[in-house]
Amino acid sequence: MVNDYTDTLQKLCHHLRQLAGPDAEITPQTDLIDELAIDSVKLLNLIMEVEDEFDISVPINALADVQTVHELASLIHQIKSAKQ
Amino acid sequence: MSLLDKLDAVAAARKALLPEGVDVFGIPVEEVYSSTEAKIGDRRILFLGTNNYLGLTFAPECLQAAHKAIDSEGTGTTGSRMANGSYCGHRALEREFADFYHCQSCIVFTTGYQANLATISGLAGAGDVVLIDGDSHASIYDGCRLSGAEIIRFRHNDMADLDKRLRRLGERSRSTLIIIEGIYSMLGDRAPLADVVKLKNAHGSTLLLDEAHSLGVLGQTGQGLVEETGLMDGVDFITGTFSKSLGGIGGYCVSNHPQLDQLRYVSRPYIFTASPTPATIASTRAALRLLHDGTELRQKLWKNARQLYSRLRELGYRLGPEPSPVIATILDTPQQALALWNGLLEHGIYVNLILPPAAPDGKSLVRCSVSAVHTSEQMDYVGQAFAELSEVILR
Ligand SMILES: Cc1ncc(COP(=O)(O)O)c(C=O)c1O
Repeated sequence: MVNDYTDTLQKLCHHLRQLAGPDAEITPQTDLIDELAIDSVKLLNLIMEVEDEFDISVPINALADVQTVHELASLIHQIKSAKQ
Repeated sequence: MSLLDKLDAVAAARKALLPEGVDVFGIPVEEVYSSTEAKIGDRRILFLGTNNYLGLTFAPECLQAAHKAIDSEGTGTTGSRMANGSYCGHRALEREFADFYHCQSCIVFTTGYQANLATISGLAGAGDVVLIDGDSHASIYDGCRLSGAEIIRFRHNDMADLDKRLRRLGERSRSTLIIIEGIYSMLGDRAPLADVVKLKNAHGSTLLLDEAHSLGVLGQTGQGLVEETGLMDGVDFITGTFSKSLGGIGGYCVSNHPQLDQLRYVSRPYIFTASPTPATIASTRAALRLLHDGTELRQKLWKNARQLYSRLRELGYRLGPEPSPVIATILDTPQQALALWNGLLEHGIYVNLILPPAAPDGKSLVRCSVSAVHTSEQMDYVGQAFAELSEVILR
C-alpha cells in the first residue's frame, strides 16, 4: 500500500511538472496554489488528466480540503484504494 | 487575512486588470429606449449582450398584462407560497407551462438561478452523485453544492468522458443526476442530447436539462433542445428561466414524474423565498403565448445569428463551434478581450465581457447575444464595427 502511495505521488509530480515547468521544486509539502501558482481552472484540468491516468473520478467537493501535493496524492490514493 | 482584507485583495486584482474610469461590470444604463437600444453616459447605444432573444421586453401584450396585474393584485406577494398561498396567476402559469411541454407537472420559481438550486438540491442529496458538464452555469454548480451530493464533472460535451465516468460509478450510477444545458451560455453550442439520453438509459441515471438559453430559440414551438431533437421522453426534468426569451424574471421546472410536486415541501430555494410578483407572472404568461406562436420571431432570430456568426468568422475571429444566438469571440488574453469590448462600446455597441475564471479553460470572451428584433441595418453596423476593430485586435 505504501509503495502504491509512492507510485501515485510520483505520477502526480510528473503531471505537476508539466504544468509548473521543469525547474519547479516539488515536494510533498509544496503548496499547489501559493508555490506552484496552480489556480482553480488549472487545478480542475490537472484533475481531469490525473483521473484518466488512474481511471478514477475525483469529486470536486473533496478538493476543497486539498492544498499540498501530499494532500492531493493521498486523496487520489484513497479513491483508488476504495475502488479495488 | 481578515474578512475585509480578502475583499481588498479582490479589489486590487480587479484594478490591476481593468482600466480606470469605466466600471466594466456595472455599466450605468440611464434610460432604456426599446428592446435593443438604451442610453449609456450621454450616448445612444445598441444592446448586443442581453438575452432578449425574441425581443419581448416591450411587447404590448406583456406590458398590458403586467399593468393589469399590478392594479388588481398589487406590487408583491410579500412571502413564499408555502406561507402566503398561491395566487391564481402562479397556478395558471404552472398549468400553462406543463401544457406547453405536454408534461404532467410544473413548478414556478422566483428566478432561474433558484430553479436550478431548488431542483438539484431537491432531487440529489448526501450519498448521491451529480455528474455535470464542465461548462455548466454557476447556478448548476451552486445547486450541486447545496445538495450535499458528490459532484463530478465530465469534459464539456465529451460523451466518451461521460460514459467513462458513469462506468466508474458502477451501481451508484442509479442514484446519479446528470446535468446538461440545451445551449451553453459561454460558447453557444448545444448538448449532444441523443447521446446523453442513450448513456443515461444504459446506466439507469436521471437526466436534468437546463433550457435557459434554448427556450424560445430551438424547436417548432420554442420548447428548446428537447423539441428540436424530439427527445422529451428521454429527459426526466427540464429547468429554464423567464429572464431571457420571456423577457421577465423567474424560473421553472417541468417533468412527467409526479414526484416533482414534492420539491415544494423539501426544496429550500422554493420554500424560503418570496414568490414572483403578480406583474412578473402576468407578463410571463403573455410572453409564453407569444413565444409558442413565435415561429416568425425564431426565423428572424436565426437569420441574425447566422449572419453575424459567418461575418465574424470571415473576419478571422475565433468563435464557438456552431452558429447560435449566443456568439462568443474567444480572445487569447484578458487585455485583448477588454480592448475589443471597449472598442465596441466606443462604436455604441454594448456586449458582454467574460474574463477568467468565469469563462471556461481560462479563456477570455467577448460575447454577443442577438435578438429577433435587431434590424438588418443594426446587424450590418455591428459587422462593420467588428471589421474595423479586427484590424487592431487581431493583428
Ligand atoms: C444556463 C443558465 N441557467 C440558469 C441561469 C439563471 O437564470 P436567471 O438569471 O434567470 O436567474 C442562467 C442565466 O443567468 C443560465 O445561463
